[in-house]
Amino acid sequence: MGNLSRKIALVGAGMSKFGQHFPTKRNPDLWIDAWINAVENVDNGIEPKDVDACYVGNFTADLFNHQGHLGPNMANLVGLTPKPAPRFEGACASSGIALREALLAIASGVHDVIAVCGVETMSEVPTTMVTDALSAAADTTYEYPAGATFPGLYAAIASAHFHEYGTTPEDLMRVGIKNHENGKENPYAQMQQTIKEIMESKKARLISQGQEAPEWKDEIDFLSSSANPYIASPLRLFDCSLITDGAACLFLAAEDVAKKFTDTPIWITGTGQGSAALSLHDRNSLTSFIATREASRQAYQMSGLSPNDIQIAEVHDCFTIAEILAMEDLGFYEKGKAAEAVKNGESKRDGALPINTSGGLKSKGHPVGATGAAQAVEIFKQMRGKAERNRQVKINVERALTHNLGGSGGTCVVTIYQK
Amino acid sequence: MSENNKEITVYNYLDYLNKKILMGSKCKKCGELFAPPRRLCSACSSTDVEWVKMSGKGTLAAYSCIGVGSKFFVDKGYSMKRPYCFSVVKLDEGPMISGQLVGVDATKPESIKIGTPLKVNFLETEVTGDEPRIDLGFEPA
Repeated sequence: MGNLSRKIALVGAGMSKFGQHFPTKRNPDLWIDAWINAVENVDNGIEPKDVDACYVGNFTADLFNHQGHLGPNMANLVGLTPKPAPRFEGACASSGIALREALLAIASGVHDVIAVCGVETMSEVPTTMVTDALSAAADTTYEYPAGATFPGLYAAIASAHFHEYGTTPEDLMRVGIKNHENGKENPYAQMQQTIKEIMESKKARLISQGQEAPEWKDEIDFLSSSANPYIASPLRLFDCSLITDGAACLFLAAEDVAKKFTDTPIWITGTGQGSAALSLHDRNSLTSFIATREASRQAYQMSGLSPNDIQIAEVHDCFTIAEILAMEDLGFYEKGKAAEAVKNGESKRDGALPINTSGGLKSKGHPVGATGAAQAVEIFKQMRGKAERNRQVKINVERALTHNLGGSGGTCVVTIYQK
Repeated sequence: MSENNKEITVYNYLDYLNKKILMGSKCKKCGELFAPPRRLCSACSSTDVEWVKMSGKGTLAAYSCIGVGSKFFVDKGYSMKRPYCFSVVKLDEGPMISGQLVGVDATKPESIKIGTPLKVNFLETEVTGDEPRIDLGFEPA
């Protein structure tokens, strides 16, 4: 495996507000929001004439919005016609792939500056159709007839992880509680509420309806109750990420031109991508993602860093169990040890290794094709000390990582950032 | 062409399944076993691969009782109140395979245990104006 043949910087990053925007905002509107936000975050400004290509990540506007061929569509809206505008698909890793391919294209010397677009509008169709469209990222031939859904596959992984390592439902709940605490501090997040606040408002609503006040002692008690029903056991509603509409935009520039845009570039020093059989049953392990292990191995090798060097990370918590798996497969913790670290508060904003300071997919939201690019937006802000409200970490972040998964672990893209 | 010379394809695998036969394949070069079957051995790249009939016996490797199901299962009447169980089964011959797990109480997921011995149960779904559809399922042995 080779290295990037020239240095590449992230010189600007921005996103739309994440949430359920349909019908008032759709893919074109959300992408324009993200573009404007990213342009505002480029210190010395950037114009369409500075950009050589638009790389679009989107899972399935085809199924969600009956719109294929998103590349030229998105490029045109921000004044990039007739520049190249390919679209990349790798389920929920779609814009992680677009980011990686943009890096490779700049490294090749063909392009100097690329705008990466991640975009998805999921709320246009009813939940059953969202569930079905997402399950297209799993194996349709063998898993779908067996009843697999996207939450169902992660739930099956959780059942195996519980069995093998003694992980508990409460361990998963702590991941969600932590991510909501972060999401509350993110003005772009879909759910800007802590679990405690959600619990209190549910309690108040029940009382105002004249019902008996539920006796929830704390968040764990609330999350273990029937107020948090099973979607796919052992995963309950609050173990699942959200149905979200949103977009994110990144500007990448080769070293030779990066200084034109900013004096404080964030260098991308490592990229890796891995794959795995779509079906869980075709894999050697049900409790570890080989695609994550492979993608991170490549990214660490390219950057010359090891897991211990990483100071903050945005990981793909489409379900709470996925954050536990990522913490282990990225090498931050030994297999079976991540749950204990979460319990000890190590992944909180003030912990030894803050994870998902953005609120993660759980609280910030998960517009599937936009997620990979949105993770880079959070890292861009944290490394420049610009994270909003109270979520800026106190340490000076020199080295960070993003981890973007596709489907039930069939694709993984890992990216490493340095100052 | 005799039965065993049928090309190893998804179509022919499903054709066997419709006759309530669970088939896998075996690489004659390296011995790797596949269920569902593969025509190209992904372990050694050999195409000298033959059909083998699987016993249908195995143990439960992973599962989930699903309340918000896929459309196919919602249409069959499953719901939050009436979940179904999706399972990954480790067959006695070695490979793992996915199937619906029946004969268990999907409303009590904690009553279902990983490692439970299972046997195949070919599940029939009525299809209007056609032969019933057969899907791979399992039940406690």
